[in-house]
Amino acid sequence: MSLVTALYTGLFYVATVILIVGLALRIRKYAQTPAPLKIPTMPAPLTETGVAMRMAREVVFFESLFKSNKWIWIFGYLFHFGMLLVLLRHLRYFTEPVWFWVNWIQPFGKYAAFAMLAGLLGLWARRFLVDRVRYISTPSDHLMLALLVGIVMSGLGMGYLVHTDIVAVKAFFLGLMRFSPQPLPADPLLLVHLGLVALLMIVFPISKLLHAPGVFFSPTRNQVDNARERRHLAPWAEQLEAGER
Amino acid sequence: MADFEVPELKEYPIIPKLKEGVMAHSKPFVAAGKFQTPLGYPEELIDNWKEVAIDKMGELLGKFRSLQVFLDACVHCGACTDKCHYYLGTSDANNMPVARQELLRKVYRRYFTFAGKYFPKLVGAADLTEDVLDEWYSYFHQCSQCRRCSVFCPYGIDTAEISMAAREIMDAVGKGQKYCNEIIGKVYVIGNNLGLPEPALKDTLEGLEEEVEEDTGVKVRYPLDEKGAEILLVTPSADFFAEPHVDGLIGYGKVFHEAGVSWTMSSKASEAANFGMFIGSYENMRKIALRIREAALELGVKRIVFGECGHAWRVAYSFLNTLAGPFDFLDPRYPVPQHICEFTYNLIQEGKLRFNKEENDHMKLTFHDSCNVARASRMGNMEGGPFIIPREVIKATCNYFYDMPQDTIGEATFCCGGGGGLLTDDLMELRVKGSQPRMEALKRVTEDYGVTNLAAICAICKSQFSKVLPYYGFTMDQIVSVHQLVSNAIVMKGSEQEAELAGETE
Repeated sequence: MSLVTALYTGLFYVATVILIVGLALRIRKYAQTPAPLKIPTMPAPLTETGVAMRMAREVVFFESLFKSNKWIWIFGYLFHFGMLLVLLRHLRYFTEPVWFWVNWIQPFGKYAAFAMLAGLLGLWARRFLVDRVRYISTPSDHLMLALLVGIVMSGLGMGYLVHTDIVAVKAFFLGLMRFSPQPLPADPLLLVHLGLVALLMIVFPISKLLHAPGVFFSPTRNQVDNARERRHLAPWAEQLEAGER
Repeated sequence: MADFEVPELKEYPIIPKLKEGVMAHSKPFVAAGKFQTPLGYPEELIDNWKEVAIDKMGELLGKFRSLQVFLDACVHCGACTDKCHYYLGTSDANNMPVARQELLRKVYRRYFTFAGKYFPKLVGAADLTEDVLDEWYSYFHQCSQCRRCSVFCPYGIDTAEISMAAREIMDAVGKGQKYCNEIIGKVYVIGNNLGLPEPALKDTLEGLEEEVEEDTGVKVRYPLDEKGAEILLVTPSADFFAEPHVDGLIGYGKVFHEAGVSWTMSSKASEAANFGMFIGSYENMRKIALRIREAALELGVKRIVFGECGHAWRVAYSFLNTLAGPFDFLDPRYPVPQHICEFTYNLIQEGKLRFNKEENDHMKLTFHDSCNVARASRMGNMEGGPFIIPREVIKATCNYFYDMPQDTIGEATFCCGGGGGLLTDDLMELRVKGSQPRMEALKRVTEDYGVTNLAAICAICKSQFSKVLPYYGFTMDQIVSVHQLVSNAIVMKGSEQEAELAGETE
């Protein structure tokens, strides 16, 4: 086994564990932390179905962001939707046989990468051009955008400029999943792409990317407006009451 | 008039370019020891304040999901940056919601996250120092907890939750705000924010009874501590004497009279407001709310109705059941609690109230959606009830009503600038500047439609507007209570107004 293969095999196993365990721990923390008061941002849905719809509108259409700022919405949406198509297209490298609908979205996934790049560059530009956004941007905000742009550009590079042996790449990833490591081509662009992806996986659970699981736990969006109809009491609040009796 | 510059009201709102530190001098008086102890807080800044503060933050992170999620989820997108009325009015960078949150988040990151512990400069993490504590004290008292930012954040991050947590941490180490804490102390000792004792309340109410009988010829009662009444009215103590609040109270009484229900107020629960919420103290908020439960039990009432008060209605609608419930001893046919506007609106829909709208013809009205009502409560059984119901009450009692621009009302309403425990003279510059977006919207409708008056259903808004309207070229009597409009127009059975109208039609 070559050094490159050994390194990247190890890297992806570590990155996967960190991503999954890290996310699981955070999600568990969010789920186990009580929300003792009814604080949905009103107007809020009066039923659980309504809440599901509200959450769906947020996650699928970025509803609140649309109300807030059309520029951030268009760039953010291009980026996220583009990323969705790109990620779905990439499933071909992890499944055998390839699922029929993954085949169908192949061309869309490739063009989506451009949309993703446009979105990212637009968002990054705002961090320089708009004084309010410049003020609040930390080094990690810029680095995160750089990381994502790096991933997209190295991917596009392989798609259009310097092709890599994708059959071998697929064999490498299937090998990882089946615990039977296969050689990885040592193409520079591929190694950059994969290295950056592993870095993304590693920083995910310790970064602002936690907004992804976080949004589902946001009490201002996921609570039902039924405070008068049903008494909402957190365990620690119940204990507080019981302690007084 | 002012030793600060009053912001200009422009033709169209513009987002100001940010300036750093221009409001760093703004801070309310710190509470003296005697105001801290009744609330369970240290008298002054304790020696080990830093350790205790960080511990308290950890405690709150474990008890409030909102705090934990909101501190993690922000991606610094900037959607919120132009949404806060204090930013728009002051241009101070720290008044952008995300920047205000960052004052707390940077400390959270430093002590509670991997990235903050090992790569602080990368993620904007910072140590908790005395400078940071001062920053917190200044800027978390430049947030009125109006939740406007949470409407526009992709994840619903609510700076109000951060502000409440920050104030609770500061209280826990002995750095409390005099205004809020002194007031809470008064509630515990006397029963209301203003420290009005029972004899004063009784006297005031007797005076109102005389006044109303003189005006209308009808003996409308304003009872206090009457056992066995059907309805307990809990109203902001300002309603007992301040203008235009008291005109609202007069209106409630007339509505109850026409409805034929027996009602009472309570000297023990003579305050709808709950400043425990502003200081982010679950325990104090609960203690204050329990007085209402106790009063309801002692007086043997069957329903609880709240008067016109903004944050009080938030606590009443969203938290009362949690804090002081269950209310199984009250009539299950009615929601607990109800808002006086819901009560009046129901009667209007049933055709039980008669109005002579001409009595309000000298005014062209607009309505100010108070922040806590708009974004933290409901009325009726539909989403958006708080926008519809008060407006319907106004339209039922007035001929001339015009709304301010859409993006300044409803869920996007601008806070009056005096909420969240900031309605104090030591924060006057902030209050005046913070009201700029609302004043700008008001100017728009005064110019476009000839609007003469602004109606509201919040005691803080009414007080705040009375104070700030003159700074912007308006007069302090241009703010009116919604139930003042009701009171003006209502034609009670057997009243002089009824006789007059009957006479006119002959």
